[in-house]
Amino acid sequence: MKREQLMVAAIENGTVIDHIPSNRLFEVIRLLHIEELDHDTVFIGFNLKSEAMGLKSLIKISNRYFSEEELNHLAVVAPNVTLCIIKDYEVIEKRCVELPTELRNIIHCNNPKCICNNEPMPTRFVVSGHTVKCFYCEKEQQLANVKLVHSLHPEN
Amino acid sequence: MTENRSLVSIAGLSREKILYLMEMASEFERHPNRKILEGRVVATLFFEPSTRTRLSFETAANRLGARVIGFADPKITSGTKGETLKDTIMMVSNYSDVICMRHYLEGAALYASELTRVPIVNAGDGAHQHPSQTLLDLYTIIQTQGTLENLNIYLVGDLKYGRTVHSLIMAMRHFNPTFHFIAPKELAMPEEYKQYCQEHNINFVEHEEFNEDVIAGADILYMTRVQRERFSDLMEYERVKDVYLLNASMLGKAKPNMRILHPLPRVNEISQDVDNTPYAYYFEQALNGLYAREAIICDVLGITLEDVKNDTTIIDIKK
Repeated sequence: MKREQLMVAAIENGTVIDHIPSNRLFEVIRLLHIEELDHDTVFIGFNLKSEAMGLKSLIKISNRYFSEEELNHLAVVAPNVTLCIIKDYEVIEKRCVELPTELRNIIHCNNPKCICNNEPMPTRFVVSGHTVKCFYCEKEQQLANVKLVHSLHPEN
Repeated sequence: MTENRSLVSIAGLSREKILYLMEMASEFERHPNRKILEGRVVATLFFEPSTRTRLSFETAANRLGARVIGFADPKITSGTKGETLKDTIMMVSNYSDVICMRHYLEGAALYASELTRVPIVNAGDGAHQHPSQTLLDLYTIIQTQGTLENLNIYLVGDLKYGRTVHSLIMAMRHFNPTFHFIAPKELAMPEEYKQYCQEHNINFVEHEEFNEDVIAGADILYMTRVQRERFSDLMEYERVKDVYLLNASMLGKAKPNMRILHPLPRVNEISQDVDNTPYAYYFEQALNGLYAREAIICDVLGITLEDVKNDTTIIDIKK
């Protein structure tokens, strides 16, 4: 733990996303649009040693707090991440993410004949356990195999 | 209009709604020619050609006094110029009171119904849903058996890709059927539909053989076409292509009430010598498409069964 703190500095205020499986780190970055942050400092720890996970990753984002909905979308790619809300270097809230019952424009439908892969429209999925079902074509896929949509900008 | 009354899927229809539409279709069977839709415009948008389904929808609209606009060939639409489905639907919504659409992409009708307050009738969306076919199948079953309850329904041929048989299973879940699935291994009923049967307490039996003895218990024998292009292994196609053909000599043990249905077009899966037996019912089934679609168009437009029963615009045409 000490070594980790040395490698990834503490933040005064912001959000810490911990216990990210290392192979999903870059998807988490994309999902939260972290690459678009202009001013806020972000620390990323990749392949850190973890007793529980072997290797894990974490992200510390200064001065940024995400909506519950945004954070719950993380559960799609990393169901066991933990979130810490930091104020004045103190953890004021710690929780796990929860998978939403519906995913809008987060994941890609794997059916090439689905309308949502052929029109400029947001995707929509209903979540049931470890399975997601496309709202439009009703094809199911396992959550572990989903791909994120190319553009993660919400389309309304 | 306060709600979107579109018909995009059979899965969402309750038992009551199915029986309601059946009763409405029987009213149209008694009096198919009316002016109940006079002044209305029905659009038929066929992004994928389907002459039989389009003619059935257009006949239904015409026989009820509506006018019809639309296209039968996607090559003449702006879709070929890159127009999105959304733009086509928005444009046609300005002109019509109901849109009957056939599309090659799955989920297209549901998406269209989200875009417009004009009701959408799904006339087939890829391999996904074709609810008007299912309703005409149900109507034909009632017409021939007097009920939808407790029937032995035998599905034969391509049970893997055939959307009509999948939708029929979903629609029949309300009526305690026993299904028999008769197909080659490569075109067997997919696991997801067998699971659906289990979840909804629908009894089913699987067979690979197709002969006089296997079909002796059938009330409904629903034939589908085994298509060459569905096989990854052409040797397998050659082996099974003639196994799922029905001919008159196989009907010796059939129950008297048994009727043979087929969504058409048929190729050779029902021999011509079956046509003249009392069991053949596929051409009458196609005619029922007219009554079912008259009921569907009226229902999505908010015209009720009471309205149809009290309709004073009936035209008697003597044939």
